[in-house]
Amino acid sequence: MRRTVAALLRKELLVELRTLQSVPGMSLFAVTTFVVFHFALNRNSVEGDLAAGILWVTLLFAAILGINRLFVADADQGGFDGFLLAPVERSAMLVAKALTLLGFLVVLELVAVPAFALLLLGPSLGGELPGLLETLALGDIGIAAVGTLVAALAVRTSARDLLGPLLALPLLLPIVIGGARATSPLLTLAHPTGPPARWLLTLGLYDLVFGLIAYALFDFLLED
Amino acid sequence: MAALQVEGLARHFGEREALSDVSLTLAEGQTLVVFGPNGAGKTTFLRVLATLLRPHAGEVRVLGRSLPREAWAVRGRVGLLAHEPLLYRELTARENLCFHARLHGVGERRVDELLEALAMSARARERLRTLSRGMVQRVAIARAVLHEPELLLLDEPYSNLDPAAVELVAPLIGAGTDPGGRRTRVICSHDPSGGLAQADVVLGLRAGRPALLRAAAEVRPGEIAELYR
Repeated sequence: MRRTVAALLRKELLVELRTLQSVPGMSLFAVTTFVVFHFALNRNSVEGDLAAGILWVTLLFAAILGINRLFVADADQGGFDGFLLAPVERSAMLVAKALTLLGFLVVLELVAVPAFALLLLGPSLGGELPGLLETLALGDIGIAAVGTLVAALAVRTSARDLLGPLLALPLLLPIVIGGARATSPLLTLAHPTGPPARWLLTLGLYDLVFGLIAYALFDFLLED
Repeated sequence: MAALQVEGLARHFGEREALSDVSLTLAEGQTLVVFGPNGAGKTTFLRVLATLLRPHAGEVRVLGRSLPREAWAVRGRVGLLAHEPLLYRELTARENLCFHARLHGVGERRVDELLEALAMSARARERLRTLSRGMVQRVAIARAVLHEPELLLLDEPYSNLDPAAVELVAPLIGAGTDPGGRRTRVICSHDPSGGLAQADVVLGLRAGRPALLRAAAEVRPGEIAELYR
């Protein structure tokens, strides 16, 4: 299993490095969205609920771009069939794709969070960074699990570009809610506090549930 | 032992019947050549045998295992050369083969041997999308035989290949080319004389149904040409 995941991850990395289709697109989308918010809200800075909402909704839509492209090379170039013919555990592809998406999200956030702080955020992130990273990590794991599941489901349909976002958005909504509620106290000007434990727990539980659902369903999604 | 035992195989896509009532037995080490016009069901037949499509009716046993129930035991023992090369365009020929070698637990030495045998060593580090269709076909053939499968499923294996390339690939996918000489082959072909020369058994498909099933020695090229009329 580990060897197969490593082979798949290596392939994913090479394909992304050569095509630069997912991560640059996701990052550019996020930065552009912050610029749009900056002008549309006609405000130099935001804080609290509004700031958390803008950050998470932007990350969600940027993630959708990555989710939509997650299996495209495999579906278009026959990689699915090549993988299915090999005597390996099929869940290795779930693990590899989820880790790939997780990697994309981390790189996206390395670009998007500083851009958000620069373009829109009122309070400084300094002291609240560990709490924000903790919340983002939990959100990313959930997005990776749900996103991989949805992408595998959508990619074998003729309407994959439409079906992917339509399925992903409602399933990712709890992550956005949990993420925004957990992030909001970190982004207040007055007395920033750490992320509320119950929202972190909610995110963690959601990650666990969808991780298990994805693991249980993935083999069937690859079947004819 | 029979390498293939197919009884009453049917497969449909929605309302359309792609295969219907296909029955045959093929002994280990034999070559079955499948003829038929476009859309006759040849590719579907290969994909069912490769475990990529489920049979919707009938019994299919490949290498002694029943499909789809024991498909897991067949994977890795079958090599498929499809219309699509099943390779990534952004990876080089060598990277593609090394990726498949890792999936099949085959060493990289075998990859280099195959690239050498197919005269692809000099272009092995170029991305696949920059190679000609004939070169991509050579790499696809290397992928199909990389793990030395017991059953080789070949969909028009010589398409896009020039005569020199045909000579290069023949030792890899020809009859009796594996060390034990027990490799079974199923080949889809549109070339009556070339196909017949390789065949032990001939299956002719028309609109998904068998129109011809006989030992190759008893089949005349004219009968195959008749399938296309």
